[in-house]
Amino acid sequence: MTMAHTGPEFSSSRDEHRVDGPTATDTTRRLLARTWDDPPGIVGMLAAVNHKTIARRFVVTTFAFFALAGMLALTMRLQLARPGLHLVGPDLYDTLFTMHGTTMMFLFGVPVMQAVAIYLIPLMVGARSIAFPRMNAYAYWVFLFGGLTLYVAFVLGAGPRAGWFSYVPLAGPDYAAGKGTDIWAQMITFTELASLLEAIVLITTILKMRAPGMSLNRMPLFAWATLVTQFMVIFAMPAVMLASTALILDRLVGTQFFNPSLGGDVLLWQHLFWFFGHPEVYLIFIPALGFISSILPTFARRPIFGYTAIVLALIATAFLAFGLWVHHMFATSVPQLGKSFFTAASVMIALPSGLQIYCWIATLLTGRLNLKTPLLFVLAFFFILVLGGMTGVMLGSVSLDLQLHDTYFVVAHLHYVLIGGAVFPLSAAVHYWFPKVTGRMLDERLGRWQFWLFFIGFNVAFFPMHWLGLHGMPRRVWTYPAGMGWSAMNLISTVGAWTIAASVLLFVFNVWRSLRHGPSAGPNPWGAGTLEWAAPSPPPPHNFDALPVVHGRDPLWDPPTHPAHVSGLAADAREVLLTTVLDARPDLRSLFPMPSIWPFVSAVATTVLFIGSIFTPWAVVWGSVPVVIALTAWFWPTRRHHAQAMALERKP
Amino acid sequence: MSSGDASSRDGRASVDVRDLPSFGFGHRSAMWWATAGLMLIEGTVFAIAVAMYFYLRDINAAWPLDAPPPEMRWGTANLAILLVSLVPNELAKRAAQRLDLPRCRLWLTICLAFSLAFLAVRGLEFAALNVKWYANAYGSIVWFLLGLHTTHLVTDTIDTAVLGVLLFTGPIEGRRFVDVSENALYWYFVVLSWIPIYAVVYLAPRALF
Repeated sequence: MTMAHTGPEFSSSRDEHRVDGPTATDTTRRLLARTWDDPPGIVGMLAAVNHKTIARRFVVTTFAFFALAGMLALTMRLQLARPGLHLVGPDLYDTLFTMHGTTMMFLFGVPVMQAVAIYLIPLMVGARSIAFPRMNAYAYWVFLFGGLTLYVAFVLGAGPRAGWFSYVPLAGPDYAAGKGTDIWAQMITFTELASLLEAIVLITTILKMRAPGMSLNRMPLFAWATLVTQFMVIFAMPAVMLASTALILDRLVGTQFFNPSLGGDVLLWQHLFWFFGHPEVYLIFIPALGFISSILPTFARRPIFGYTAIVLALIATAFLAFGLWVHHMFATSVPQLGKSFFTAASVMIALPSGLQIYCWIATLLTGRLNLKTPLLFVLAFFFILVLGGMTGVMLGSVSLDLQLHDTYFVVAHLHYVLIGGAVFPLSAAVHYWFPKVTGRMLDERLGRWQFWLFFIGFNVAFFPMHWLGLHGMPRRVWTYPAGMGWSAMNLISTVGAWTIAASVLLFVFNVWRSLRHGPSAGPNPWGAGTLEWAAPSPPPPHNFDALPVVHGRDPLWDPPTHPAHVSGLAADAREVLLTTVLDARPDLRSLFPMPSIWPFVSAVATTVLFIGSIFTPWAVVWGSVPVVIALTAWFWPTRRHHAQAMALERKP
Repeated sequence: MSSGDASSRDGRASVDVRDLPSFGFGHRSAMWWATAGLMLIEGTVFAIAVAMYFYLRDINAAWPLDAPPPEMRWGTANLAILLVSLVPNELAKRAAQRLDLPRCRLWLTICLAFSLAFLAVRGLEFAALNVKWYANAYGSIVWFLLGLHTTHLVTDTIDTAVLGVLLFTGPIEGRRFVDVSENALYWYFVVLSWIPIYAVVYLAPRALF
């Protein structure tokens, strides 16, 4: 036991090597790593709570769902490659597009953004952990089980068939026989529960766990984007949870919410769904804007232009996103005046988006560009999103929307917006942060091949769909006769889809190769300015040996200023620093929970409850008994935790 | 850095945080933010459910549909019970902030008794709604609103019971007092959300406009 240093100001009775700080010994660092590491073995795997472990699993799970949904899409494209093909029948085709849309939106688009944030946010704000690490683990397991429920049902032939927005009456008790829609509705409950819990986890982490000195106006833009997004989750997700609950009640216990003959209404479903569904697009899009605002400064080698304007634009986008939902309903009987209002709101949201694009262009023009793969993906984003945005402005006009509603034009538009607005930035983010997560670089040449295959394949697959829609091809048809004039464009689109598949395969190969032979990355391979690059790659279980103190927006680019670090947190207990909301002044030392099997057990119990309720409403009653037991066991303090808490306790 | 001391060791400055308190009340604690987030979520749920009610009321010519309005008796009794329960709730919260364990135990037990009384009367309320959930959309949304609020009551009752048992039997550390305080905050939400839901379930069917 070597004592590192004992100064006159050292008043605590705790051994110096059990306390962290910039002058801590190697013994202390090893102790910190051991304290924050996940336990070994299979039980240890299920009990893991480290945010990086959970986030890695979360990201890999969402990518697996992305690949599955991609395969469904490839099957659909094969079926449509030539007129009159019988590769799949109409019923299976309905299931395919429902599963594809549902997976991409609920099991990939929204959760992948939260999953990435769970990894990055604690590192970016200079924290040892995420807030509520056990709840974070629970949310992951609930998400995983919800996704598995959907796919097990699909494999057993009970997949949903009413489309990803599951309109009534098609999805109601009269027209959707079987369990498919019930499975869909409960999958919504699973994933939205997970998403809401993650929102609380991320908001608390961002507001309460930032490094000292990181006042709100110094927070990285990705943290801002994440914060804004999580507040949107809180206000948007309840609508779809209520809607899917009402739907499953109509189907299982005979309520009449959507039954017009007994006072219900089918448009109520559309209002509830799109009050969530439109903000959902922005739940996917705003984190992507955060990626871009993180990546551009690094590759332009200058601080972002217009930081405050970008923050305000993010907030404005979030507010406006809640005023757009009726533009999905222009083809229904909502009042004309309402439609005009929603047209105006739909066009207005182009303003904050445009503002951000100008800030990014200014950053690019005044910087010294370093044209690496992540930047290529960002530049492609500009091109594709602008195209998707313009078709969006077209569809925002009621008269044109009535012509193009339910045609392939809409399919083209939504893929330009979602793939251009989210998947391209996400690919940029993966290339950018991969070295941080794995400690190894991805191959640049393979990355460029992947990029060009994806960019070309995407446009070949989706651009012809604009043309197909304008020529009257409805969406969601399982085949079409020869002689409609649609054959050539459909074949081209299918070739594009397979080109995208080739690009994804190349990416998987690149990852596999890099994990084996990739050159070592070092802590900051791109020369970036934010805190996650101050930690080693991959970061140790405790993220930082000593928590940083922040004096500007780009801490690694700012001139070194003292004090540079925090000292005095326990190294032998999971102690974290809580700071004040606005100015991030050090406020409390909080003892965080240890790994525990109970979040996993609770998630299993929750799954039994949710799946049981598809078959009998009484499952809600008997199913909650194990849930309560598991949650109580989770909450109950262990002897070891109590001993630590007492040792570290100091009253306010 | 006003709270942490900037101390100098080995010629390098660092912010020393070892003397900071290990727990705090209100928005200083992480738990407060989780509770606040939960209240925002549940508040949104209630608001949208109320919007559903008025949407359905709006599209139907008559309201309530083929049923007399619910009996006022039990719902009003519950409103009274909930409002009175704010007193022991506030006392529990204050005892927690004084770190006064015996008082916490006492007031939390009384809070629990109030929740149980409320749940019993809630059973009578369901029986006095004068409509079944499957009869029509009016019945569906009334049961839905009452069911949603009951879910919150049940959850908070279980929560309070577990916390109460822990206060009597378990190891006590400072964090427990924060738990009692946050539990009281959530009970405020359950009570205050009942006022608009009470108005919707019991008064809206009687309103003439």
